[in-house]
Amino acid sequence: MIQEKTNNKNPGSADSSKPVISIKGLYKSFGKDNDVLKGIDLTVQKGENLVVLGKSGSGKSVAIKCLVGLVTADKGEIKVFDTDISTLDYSGLNAVRIRIGFLFQNAALYDSMSVRQNLEFPLKRHSKKLSSQEVDDKVTEALVNVGLEEAIDKMPSELSGGMRKRIGLARTLILKPEIILYDEPTTGLDTITSREISELILAIQKKNKTSSVIITHDMACAKLTGDRLVIVKDGVIDAEGSYDELEKSDDAWVRSFFV
Amino acid sequence: MVVYLKNIFNDAGNVTLFTARFFKEVLRPPYEIKEFIRQCYIIGYKSLPLVAITGFIMGLVLTLQSRPTLVEFGAESWLPGMVALSLIREIAPVITALICAGKISSGIGAELGSMKVTEQIDAMEVSGINPYKYLVVTRILATTLMIPLLVVFADGVGILGGYIGMNIHSDVTLFRYLSRILDSLEFLDIVPATIKTFFFGFFIGMTGCYKGYTAANGTESVGKAATSAVVVASLTIFIIDMLAVQLTDLFF
Repeated sequence: MIQEKTNNKNPGSADSSKPVISIKGLYKSFGKDNDVLKGIDLTVQKGENLVVLGKSGSGKSVAIKCLVGLVTADKGEIKVFDTDISTLDYSGLNAVRIRIGFLFQNAALYDSMSVRQNLEFPLKRHSKKLSSQEVDDKVTEALVNVGLEEAIDKMPSELSGGMRKRIGLARTLILKPEIILYDEPTTGLDTITSREISELILAIQKKNKTSSVIITHDMACAKLTGDRLVIVKDGVIDAEGSYDELEKSDDAWVRSFFV
Repeated sequence: MVVYLKNIFNDAGNVTLFTARFFKEVLRPPYEIKEFIRQCYIIGYKSLPLVAITGFIMGLVLTLQSRPTLVEFGAESWLPGMVALSLIREIAPVITALICAGKISSGIGAELGSMKVTEQIDAMEVSGINPYKYLVVTRILATTLMIPLLVVFADGVGILGGYIGMNIHSDVTLFRYLSRILDSLEFLDIVPATIKTFFFGFFIGMTGCYKGYTAANGTESVGKAATSAVVVASLTIFIIDMLAVQLTDLFF
């Protein structure tokens, strides 16, 4: 197995003093002969954008789902905000989840709710003291941040793929998360919309000082958003470094991502 | 064969855990009152036209089909009581529950199944909202409460259908028709029949929710969840009905 781990020389705006996510020896299998993760080690620093690359089915999405407790790991330690999430009960886990935003591949907007209701839904549950005016203001602010304030009363079925992603991002942002996990944020979008989403991810990081894990196959997105990149191969981190470092890697397989 | 049996026991275990979680979550705050009321509206109010039509036809047809036999024995005056008893004790609860299994259980199965497939349930989970409480508990409570009300409504409409059926061939006033029904009905005709409808409602909701909530990934599983929810809910209704009749027979 090729190991090409390099130091992070280009952390961008990241404050590299304190990891907000720390994964050590993460294993996960589905069934007897389907080992997806075989000992992933990963850290994400405060304010850092980490891009995770890898072939389809290499376990990238499973790894970030383990981070928020959607998938239970077989073995390994997952620390988020210095808390081992495997030791938390349901309410403790929810307390951590509120501080983490998750943008799903297809945005996962609630189909039966309008855009306004989609955004209000988490807000009203976690900020019960807010007046309806304050809720309205926060919803409008989140939509302004993604440039879609005119879509407030639309239903998800009336939105394009790019708009759905933006609304999904607005819903993620409304609880002011400290970490945002992006599961293929630009998949299925045209080049221009992909670039807009990537720029939005970058703008959010700069404005809110969030840490992000971005799973993507879109190298333009990886280049634009990533402070650091890791490549997952056969369930382990195979290579790590900045975009420029990995692009010039000696390993042909690593370079093949950049062609 | 071993694998088949293993799957059956595995399913039984999962259903038991799913049901046990309902009783744990239903008592624990926060309570999703708004969503519960919304589900009552969707499950109860929006099913009224369907239940009204089937209830009316049940009463009318039962009257028209039973009348010739009773006339032959000179017992036409027993017709209102017989129709009401048949409707209240058996036909209205079972037919209404089966109609609701088709409409509601499949609807819940498809809705939750599609939410599962499109990661909406996961999205709820990661935003710190308990999807089981919001989606499952509210729906099961709503079906448990609404199905008995729909059955009572079907009883009433069915009796009205019976009245119209009687007046096709004879001339009976509504007051006399209702008096005959009240004379022949006893408290114990109504109570066991009503109690079993709560179980019908519970299992209609539980089956739909279980099938939808545990749907596998992929759009095909949404259809499977909806179909199997109807099949399992319908079968469960007949089993509960059989048990209810046996227990009623034993105790009353």
